[in-house]
Amino acid sequence: MEQQAGIQKPDMSVSLCGVTLKNPVMTASGTFGSGMEYSEFVDLNRLGAVVTKGVANVPWPGNPTPRVTEVCGGMLNAIGLQNPGVEVFAQRDLPFLQQFDTKVIVNVCGKSVEDYLEVVERLSGEETVDMLEINVSCPNVKEGAIAFGQKADALYGITQEIKKKAKQPVIMKLSPNVTDIAEMARAAEAAGADAISLINTITGMKIDIERRRFVLANKTGGMSGPAIKPIAVRMVYQAAQAVRIPIIGMGGIATAEDAVEFLMAGATAVAVGAMNFHEPAATVEVIDGIEAYLRGHRIADVKELIGCVGE
Amino acid sequence: MKAKRTMAVAESTRLADGVYSLTLQYRRGEGPEQVTPGQFVGVYLNDPSALLPRPISVCRWNEESARLRLVYRVAGRGTGELSALREGDEVSVLGMLGNGYDLKKLSGKHVLLLGGGIGIPPMLELAAALRRERERCPEAGGGRVTAVLGYRDSQLFLKKEFDEVCDEVLVATEDGSAGAKGNVLDAVREAGLAPQIEAVCACGPMPMLRAVKRFAQEAGAEASAGVPCYISLEERMACGVGACLGCVCKTTEVDEHSKVHNARICTEGPVFEAGQVDIG
Repeated sequence: MEQQAGIQKPDMSVSLCGVTLKNPVMTASGTFGSGMEYSEFVDLNRLGAVVTKGVANVPWPGNPTPRVTEVCGGMLNAIGLQNPGVEVFAQRDLPFLQQFDTKVIVNVCGKSVEDYLEVVERLSGEETVDMLEINVSCPNVKEGAIAFGQKADALYGITQEIKKKAKQPVIMKLSPNVTDIAEMARAAEAAGADAISLINTITGMKIDIERRRFVLANKTGGMSGPAIKPIAVRMVYQAAQAVRIPIIGMGGIATAEDAVEFLMAGATAVAVGAMNFHEPAATVEVIDGIEAYLRGHRIADVKELIGCVGE
Repeated sequence: MKAKRTMAVAESTRLADGVYSLTLQYRRGEGPEQVTPGQFVGVYLNDPSALLPRPISVCRWNEESARLRLVYRVAGRGTGELSALREGDEVSVLGMLGNGYDLKKLSGKHVLLLGGGIGIPPMLELAAALRRERERCPEAGGGRVTAVLGYRDSQLFLKKEFDEVCDEVLVATEDGSAGAKGNVLDAVREAGLAPQIEAVCACGPMPMLRAVKRFAQEAGAEASAGVPCYISLEERMACGVGACLGCVCKTTEVDEHSKVHNARICTEGPVFEAGQVDIG
């Protein structure tokens, strides 16, 4: 078949901060646990990388329920970064992930710079951890987190601190809840970030009109899902115009066509998030679909798509 | 590998105001290996703007025909769309999900099943499973199932099916139009059941579950310090498989998985031993 069509198997690999991913598709933090739950539905060996749920220095209980609700074309969540803490993560979840031929990106969260640094230092000797993604953009926790992600000077400061201690490449995950995403991207790059990922969820709200109450216990939640994709594509494009470091694009990716849009906008890799909840095999479907797109368009290398959008 | 399955609608009917029955047919070889009463499935809508699966408990499972019956209340847009499905339509389903009732801990006992409103349907598969257990090993002896079903009014959906698989079925209605007036515990008190029973299983609204938990702590033979109580919890869910941590409940002890006082209803639950969870 391949010879008949005259198309070789396209090169799906991409390079991110010196780490080679077998394909540009990873999971978005918080939608895939540490891979364990979805490993019953997805062969993790097929993924470019698994990005874990945010991990803090100590266990976090998260927010009261209800924590999630559906909205048209997506969902709101206010989990509040519940996690078992870095020690349990390192002893239980990392050995699990180590079994698979995929890259591991650990999402790191904290309430203070010291919290983040404690996690970064604890993970510095873990060979299973290929990269760190720093969550400075969760809209659902009151202290820390997003406070670092909405002001360029704060983002610059924490990025610089983390870069001093980190042994793995550092990806700063940016919030879309800012006026100028290019300014934030530039601040992360100037402080030494190896890459940026965007977008985190967009702050939203839903009201139960029968009970006249907020649906989420936290009142507000982060919106994700297919409805936010055009916003995410626009922000990835603006960030790509502003910086030279690689970008991981995410926000509403449901299909391979969505992923290709992000690549064309300037992302080197992409992450599938809320769509995992709709189709547990969504990541693999996106990978297969990107490969089919490349074959169909006689493109030999997925890297040709990165930032190729023109006027 | 587990996967989302496309199932054909074998039956879709209205049972009472706002309460619908949906029977789905698995394709050959795609059915679950095992179904435990109290487990649930995630039902996806055909409208792609509805992202999340609707968690619905198993009402009946027929292994031979690979047919799954779900009975649900229309609570919003999603369940409204489900109620419009017709025989021959297709729908995608994820599951079996979650942990159900542990039959080993219940067989041979006089079990009181309490179903309140849309908590009634999962009790039917439990009653049927307990009956099957008893028929499978009659030499074990004992075992009695009393179901108490709490309805709003005299639309007693599924009551006949309970009659077929239970030793005794009592009814409570909020408006007093059938059975005892009030809730399931009013019916239990009226019938003086508390001293006879040896275990309680319940599904229903949270105020009912709180009252059931307290009731079970004082039920049983005089000398006993209460009877085992298992309750099925509900919460807004996203993934349904334990990844997103959306549907947690408070636990009395630190949970093994989360390392905090939170357990995932979709994964550790939805059925919990009442003492495990802090429901207020």
